[in-house]
Amino acid sequence: MIKLSDTTKDLHTRYLTVMMGPSHPAMHGTVKMDVVLDGETLIDLDIDPGYLHRGFEKECEDHRWNQVVAYTDRLNYVSSIINNVAYIMAVEKLAGIDKKVPERALWLRMILSEVSRLTDHLTCLAAMCMEVGGFSAFLYFVKAREYFYEVLENVTGARVTYSWTRVGGVRWDAPEGTQNQILQAIKGARQVLKDVHGLISKNRVFLERTVKVGLISKEDAIAYGITGPFLRSTGVNYDVRKAHPYLFYNEMNFEVPLGVNGDNYDRYYVRMLEMEQSMRILEQALPRLPKGPVMIDDPKFKLPEKENVYNSIEGVINHVKLIFEDIYVPAGEVYSFVESPNGELGFYIVSKGGNKPWKCRVHPPCFPIMQSLPEILKGLMIADIIPTFGGVNMIGGEMDR
Amino acid sequence: MSQAVLDKLKQRFGEAVLETHNQFGNETALVKRESILEVMQFLKDEAGFEMLIDLGGVDHLPEKPRFEVVYHLKSLSRGYRVRIKVRLPEEDPVVDSMVPVWKGANWFERECFEFYGIKFKGHPDLRTLLLYPEFEGYPLRKDYPHKKRQPRLPLLKPETR
Repeated sequence: MIKLSDTTKDLHTRYLTVMMGPSHPAMHGTVKMDVVLDGETLIDLDIDPGYLHRGFEKECEDHRWNQVVAYTDRLNYVSSIINNVAYIMAVEKLAGIDKKVPERALWLRMILSEVSRLTDHLTCLAAMCMEVGGFSAFLYFVKAREYFYEVLENVTGARVTYSWTRVGGVRWDAPEGTQNQILQAIKGARQVLKDVHGLISKNRVFLERTVKVGLISKEDAIAYGITGPFLRSTGVNYDVRKAHPYLFYNEMNFEVPLGVNGDNYDRYYVRMLEMEQSMRILEQALPRLPKGPVMIDDPKFKLPEKENVYNSIEGVINHVKLIFEDIYVPAGEVYSFVESPNGELGFYIVSKGGNKPWKCRVHPPCFPIMQSLPEILKGLMIADIIPTFGGVNMIGGEMDR
Repeated sequence: MSQAVLDKLKQRFGEAVLETHNQFGNETALVKRESILEVMQFLKDEAGFEMLIDLGGVDHLPEKPRFEVVYHLKSLSRGYRVRIKVRLPEEDPVVDSMVPVWKGANWFERECFEFYGIKFKGHPDLRTLLLYPEFEGYPLRKDYPHKKRQPRLPLLKPETR
């Protein structure tokens, strides 16, 4: 940390206030930082988020249970599947059908969650590398991400906003050959990660920008309520998949990579290792993917077959009821959480017994991390904002809701 | 699993714990507003809840008291989770701030304040976070219409823009 020299007083210099953002190349996502500078040293920092606020929670209260799925896509739009899964798991718990969902749907949810985690980590690291000048690493990462996007596109029919889960199962079954496609994608991604390791992990320029920059202590990270790779980079072993296993994570064999220093480099490295673990999970899960239906066999939740809709009065009634009124969920409250690429993603849902949520609160994992940024960055140089902010992986849609 | 925490809370604070349940495995305690800070300090210092995971408001409009603030806590060392709730009346939606206990409560309380109009006593910097300071009303209250528009703000003078 550079201290103000005594000569500053004689020179009558003033602190300079710079507004970085909301539209600034380094502020991916829309966030404004009011930066107070002494030369290049950060004296003070005030973060002003909210430029992407769409009123997610208000909209949820006005939409029906299954319609909200489309809104959850737009929270963390780099790993939408995980948002879909987290929301739907919460609703299924409330509706009391979480034990009745077919196994194939659950396995598919887990597999695509891991694919999504890979795309998210790849995007985050790509942006982080590009912002510190490693453009070729960015291109490699995006190439690997493309492999996984193709998998997701193949299964869900969309590239970014999938809206793929439904209460009681998933919308589309995975087509033939998905397993092979994922294994091919893993093979390609492994090669890319090897290349990037060679390019970046021991690169002098990258090390200078990231090692011992943006330090956060274990105690601070816990006090701020930070979860995910940011917390694990400080050495705290907390991963929802291990601590509170959901889906079939307790049957999977994987490790939780931990950092030592809690600096930018550790965050980069934890993410790199986590991708390898995700690929391990995929390799174990794919052969175990069972055959069978992907939607619960309950007319209260499942749309009837088109054949029944056209040929029987019960089918028509069932169809119309589900389309016009949607499902009903008994009164209650639930907090259901999953491990999203940024940390713990939780949905706190209150139902008063109806076809709409009474309250649907999201706990966005990058919210507490952004909150801790001023403390991390004070005293550093202005250029240190860039890799630190890149390592946070702030997603505007999730942060501002 | 965290039932022991609820038992301990009831034993320690007696009447201050109004209600408990563990629907869907989420252990929940409804606490009197006056003793919330005391309860939280106890949970952090003695029960090992180092983390405040989430803080949010709920508006139960026709019911009384109307507002609810919901805290989700997590203990890393013991693996417990617990949900603490506190009810606030409409006329006087004030509750003690949790910033002295967990500094991570700061932004969550600012968010809760701007969306529900709940005031947090002892908060160091209670201003808007996601909305802008001129925003009229509290948008997540149930009596705020879903399609309501906000007035257009006057433009700043060119020299101060």
